[in-house]
Amino acid sequence: MSRLRYVLSDTLVIAERNLMRIPRQPDLLTAFTIQPIMFLLLFVYVFGGAIETPGFDDYTDFLVPGIIVQSMAFGGFVTALGLAEDLGKGLIDRFRSLPMARSAVLAGRTAADIATNALALTVMIVAGLIVGFNFSSSPPEVVAGLGLMLLIGYAFSWVFAWIGLIVSSPESANAFGFIAIFPLTFASSAFVPPETMPEWLQWFATDVNPFSTMVDAARALFVDQPAGNDVWGALAWCLGLIAVFSVLAVRRYRQVALGG
Amino acid sequence: MEGRAAIEVTGLTKSYGDVRALAGIDLRADAGTILGLLGPNGAGKTTAVRVLTTLLPPDAGTARVAGLDVVDDAAELRARIGLAGQYAAVDENLTGHENLVMVGRLYHLGRAESSRRAGELLEVFDLSDAGKRIVKTYSGGMRRRLDLAAALVARPPVLFLDEPTTGLDPRSRIGLWETIEDRVAEGTTVLLTTQYLDEADRLADRIAVIDHGLVIAEGSSDELKGQVGGERIEVRLEDRAQLDEAVAALEMICQEPPVAEDGVIRVAISEHSGAIAAAVRRLDDARVAIDDIAIRRPTLDDVFLTLTGRPPEHENGDQPVEPESAEHEVVR
Repeated sequence: MSRLRYVLSDTLVIAERNLMRIPRQPDLLTAFTIQPIMFLLLFVYVFGGAIETPGFDDYTDFLVPGIIVQSMAFGGFVTALGLAEDLGKGLIDRFRSLPMARSAVLAGRTAADIATNALALTVMIVAGLIVGFNFSSSPPEVVAGLGLMLLIGYAFSWVFAWIGLIVSSPESANAFGFIAIFPLTFASSAFVPPETMPEWLQWFATDVNPFSTMVDAARALFVDQPAGNDVWGALAWCLGLIAVFSVLAVRRYRQVALGG
Repeated sequence: MEGRAAIEVTGLTKSYGDVRALAGIDLRADAGTILGLLGPNGAGKTTAVRVLTTLLPPDAGTARVAGLDVVDDAAELRARIGLAGQYAAVDENLTGHENLVMVGRLYHLGRAESSRRAGELLEVFDLSDAGKRIVKTYSGGMRRRLDLAAALVARPPVLFLDEPTTGLDPRSRIGLWETIEDRVAEGTTVLLTTQYLDEADRLADRIAVIDHGLVIAEGSSDELKGQVGGERIEVRLEDRAQLDEAVAALEMICQEPPVAEDGVIRVAISEHSGAIAAAVRRLDDARVAIDDIAIRRPTLDDVFLTLTGRPPEHENGDQPVEPESAEHEVVR
């Protein structure tokens, strides 16, 4: 009983610590608020006019769910940077020498991401509404959609937790994120309909890339697009990512903490 | 004096792949004393600390700290130790106060008690004003003090300090030494690793010299110095041409032949009193002019050199050439 209480309170302490850091790192704050807004404006006003999106009222309705999924997926990037930094600075050693719950360092990190993702989600929706986005689905669907967005963010936090622990520095975490994962979000249905892509890429974007499934699920729940199995598919992807990457991250955490 | 052992290590080994970091070490520190682990970079000091603070499981051997086994009772032990590392492990984006409160809460002191304790420690470590500032703005010395304060939050009976003063300016070092001595005066046991001989000399009640993962000597500072030989007289001559005459004159007052080097003659003596007078008399009789004459006691530097066959590293942090790599060069 008291053990479980410690797990919760230790996780809370670590989550609090990570949230306290955020306002003091303006560059990070910029990354998950201003940057998605820039993308939004760029695509709505610069590229939007040239992109045909049959079946949608306008490009904004097509784009906003996609950009929200992208910003959720990258919200967990703070975790990769933070863990890489903590390892390099010896903070992980300090935590491991304390009588705290073993799981709290990673659980607290990813829990803090839920709060920052909620902030980013709010910012994105307000910005979306300003540039003309409309929710055209029922309120329960919108609420379910918001929940799914946070779950997507949480799933990617675990992916990034693992990345943060396998790279050697915050710089390489950065490189990994932007070279390996960022392009994946473009090779999906997030920004343009995959039908306009060359056949091989179309195949990847529609049938392989989980971003597409997640984006299509967001469109189903926010702008009442036909869902098919996308909502369940997105849910399955999230739970799958959490299951696989939490195990990988925790195992890696044990190894790095022991190896140094 | 045989007290209660706060740290007891027997036959501890640890390898990383092919590298033997600890090749079977025995250590003991009585409660309320400072044990110094002295050794060059890569000698195994940090590995020893990591095993004793439960960060690393040993391959073999046993280690008990504060009466608890580092493997079997690891979870319980962590509540009774404090660790301050050579990298000041504090969160740069929190204030000094927030850092200490976080550590206090992770020791499960509760929020209010953690905050009270943080204020108290900031005062002790002369960081009261800085406590409200983000650690990023701190100097190196301030970070070290905060790191040490973090290790003390829960008043642990055993403290592990891994090269606590490496890279600090002399004034900060002395300040940190005094703080460590204060803790020990209050009954804390300290295991301190260092590559600085003066630090071990000043702080440690017992010193274990480790090299290549083995304890190659153990004792008090005086005992270790005694191992490399006793006192000696050093004579500097006005005129180097008189070296042979001086050696001949001094040969009569000692058992071992005097050693002459760079115009300085060293004579081992067994009896302290009257030694200088006798030496001066002999040299005077032989009409050898003396520039300087004094009794010297061996330093820990001598101990280190004798035991490891190489001089200790110095404060500029240059690293000795690893014997392995030297061999590789010869073999090519």
